Amino acid sequence: MTKKIQVENLRTFYGTKEVHHGISFDIEQNEIFAIIGPAQSGKTTLLRAINRTLEFTPGTKMTGTIKVDGEDVQKTRDVYGLRRKIGMVAPLPVGLPLTIYDNVAFAPRSSGINDKGFLDAHVEKCLRQSALWDEVKDRLDSLGTKLSGGQQQRLTIARALSHQPEILCLDEFSIAIDPVTTMRIEDVLKELKKEMTIILVTNLVQQARRLAARTMFLWNGDIIELDRNEVMFSDNTKDKRTYEYVNGIFG
Amino acid sequence: MKPAVPRASRSQLAIMVERVIEGLVYICGISAIIFVFGIFFFVFKEGAPFLAKLNFTEFFFSKEWIPTSSVQPKYGIGALIVGTVSVTALAMLIAVPFGLGAAVFVSEFCTGKTKETLKITIELLAAIPSVVWGFIGLSVMSPVIISVFHVPVGVNLLNAALLLALMSVPIMVSIGEDALKAVPDSYREAGIALGATKWQLIYRVLIPAAKNGLLAAVLLGVGRAIGETMAVLMATGHAVNIPDSIFDPVRTLTATIAAELGETSHGSPHYQVLFLIGVVLFSITAVVNLAADFIVKGIKRK
Amino acid sequence: MFTETPFIRKKKRNEVIAKCFFGFMAAAMVIPLFLIVGYIVVQGAPAISWEFLTENPRSGGAKGGIWAAIVGTFYIVFFSLAFSAPIGVLAAVYLNEYATENWFTRIVNLAVVNLAGVPSIVHGLFGVGAFVYFANFNDGKKSIIAAALTLAVMTLPVIIASTKEALSAVPRQFREACWNVGATRWQVIWKIVLPNSISGILTGVILQVSRTAGETAPVMLTGVATYKLLDSTGLFLYHPIKDQCMALSMHLYYIATQANNVPKATPFAIATVLIGVVLIVNAAAIAFRVYLRSRKKW
Repeated sequence: MTKKIQVENLRTFYGTKEVHHGISFDIEQNEIFAIIGPAQSGKTTLLRAINRTLEFTPGTKMTGTIKVDGEDVQKTRDVYGLRRKIGMVAPLPVGLPLTIYDNVAFAPRSSGINDKGFLDAHVEKCLRQSALWDEVKDRLDSLGTKLSGGQQQRLTIARALSHQPEILCLDEFSIAIDPVTTMRIEDVLKELKKEMTIILVTNLVQQARRLAARTMFLWNGDIIELDRNEVMFSDNTKDKRTYEYVNGIFG
Repeated sequence: MKPAVPRASRSQLAIMVERVIEGLVYICGISAIIFVFGIFFFVFKEGAPFLAKLNFTEFFFSKEWIPTSSVQPKYGIGALIVGTVSVTALAMLIAVPFGLGAAVFVSEFCTGKTKETLKITIELLAAIPSVVWGFIGLSVMSPVIISVFHVPVGVNLLNAALLLALMSVPIMVSIGEDALKAVPDSYREAGIALGATKWQLIYRVLIPAAKNGLLAAVLLGVGRAIGETMAVLMATGHAVNIPDSIFDPVRTLTATIAAELGETSHGSPHYQVLFLIGVVLFSITAVVNLAADFIVKGIKRK
Repeated sequence: MFTETPFIRKKKRNEVIAKCFFGFMAAAMVIPLFLIVGYIVVQGAPAISWEFLTENPRSGGAKGGIWAAIVGTFYIVFFSLAFSAPIGVLAAVYLNEYATENWFTRIVNLAVVNLAGVPSIVHGLFGVGAFVYFANFNDGKKSIIAAALTLAVMTLPVIIASTKEALSAVPRQFREACWNVGATRWQVIWKIVLPNSISGILTGVILQVSRTAGETAPVMLTGVATYKLLDSTGLFLYHPIKDQCMALSMHLYYIATQANNVPKATPFAIATVLIGVVLIVNAAAIAFRVYLRSRKKW
């Protein structure tokens, strides 16, 4: 298997506060890779370091290397291309104050695609992929911000798919939506796995267990354990804390 | 029709246009610095030639301002400084209690519609042009002052101070209200839980907690009063004079520039001295406003 | 049941007294305003007629109307906002969207604060030095363009401040969502931030109309004459570079303090017109704000 993302000795800082203390791991192509861990352990920061949106927050710094497809993200010549290679879904759904259609067409248009025929087909495809098409196909020109929370989250996923990413990062996507919608999205993810690499950050241990092939347990900016799910969710974890966290004894 | 891999990059033209726009945004962004230095530079440049001939002690402390004398013109701005300071001080004496009182009223006693209406009214107060205030001083306040205090002239120190008080209240109310709003509600709840009356709450808790913001509000009011021109030009009586009472006419730095610059010829000593007065005014208000800003920023950082 | 003890009654009375005291403080500032403005309008309104508004002044302002002053004020407001609005909005975009927190940004912000505090008469001196003599638009004489530029510099910090407020009302998560899909900063600003803050930005700019219309001291040094007529048949005959103009604010000063044989009601009428401009502009801004708040997209 090819390595899609390689992280080596990553350290990140908010001002003087160190978030990650030198972590290294690889993510393979077309796997679902789960990251679990309590709040404040640096999961979101890690995702933002990968697509380089960390630099939009004043006072942040990172050292070490992150390679996507073998290319160092810090040295890439096309940071916008890098970000389009990575789809990002934030914890809280964000419908942009545009129409549903424009929400999904935003990314292709930003990258210079204005062909109406292509956009129409593409918007439909993305909305179908995120299981939202049937609900909104008759009102594509109404505002994305007026959808319900669960619908907005699927709209967010459609937007993340709209620039045809090779990697899809989901950051606690189910935090603001109901269990039924969550299950529907999980089914979507299983489909998408065939086409792309998925990083699933979650505080729901069972979700990681259901979906991922491998899981990483991040705690206070350190990797406690990273292994195949059969190991992570068994009684034979290498680190006692993993067992305790997974079984709800702490965290 | 589908691009095989829509990893399409934007056209070179679009990227170029964006670069140009961002350059423009940057230039506009730093324009404030350019203008502040520009103001100082040009005002100083017009006044600078006179610096060589200027006797600083006489300039600042002499009360003789006789710039148009053909024999021996005198350029002492002592009386003008006293005029500016006395008008500002008297205005603040009136405006500070009322302005801060109004701020407390708006912040602590008003809610909903009343609050909104009061704030809009106070905003309107701030929007009335200073020349209209000056006209009010001439045509409304002056006769009132004459008949109430039985003094011969109604355009004087008191008249201008009343106008400046009314003019500087809006900024005090809005900044003061912000300061009071910044006091956490838990302070109020704790005060009430301890059985404090509303008075005690305001004097013992809210005003001490918001004192920096209130001080900034006062400073901004002072800055506004010092810089005001038309109202004091029309309502002070415009006489070079060290006042003995609040019913004496005075003259301020700002009004002197406004009244006399049009009469001078470009490059004459009188013209240059007026620009030096401008430098003095610029410096005073810069200090006052920066002080207010530091105080406000200090609060926000906490 | 809750019984009212003397202690509680005393406390309630205390509260009412406090409210009255501070209410009096506020009323002492607001009520005189209404009385004075009411007095001016009552004195001035009868003198306002269609002829007063649309005729040129005659006999040094003693007779005739104020048409030339209205047109002059319009010129000054129009040209000054034409400069200050775009520059101010872009400056706010820089400060709110691009600038990172460092010493340079702090200095820019200090400059904005400082610019806002410069007395209007000093702005006037700057206009004389920079626009009348240095830029020399009109051969060392005052001109409309010099006055307009002076006021543009003066209103700039206020437009920056109001625009910044409008921009920061657009939630940050929208920007982040767009950055995540590979949009550039400018694309986000152009497609998301500006369209959703334009109402606030315009409200801030509209409010500057009444401020520029009312300014007197800076324009009397840089571009406004006490008496400069328009051709009696012409509508827009001031030349923005070659001409000085009359202005409502300056006209009020001139009529109230220097002109001779003026009917008593005339200055009141001019003051009423100026107050009317302020009221209309502020009412328009409020209406605009309410209307656009109702159309908020999130």
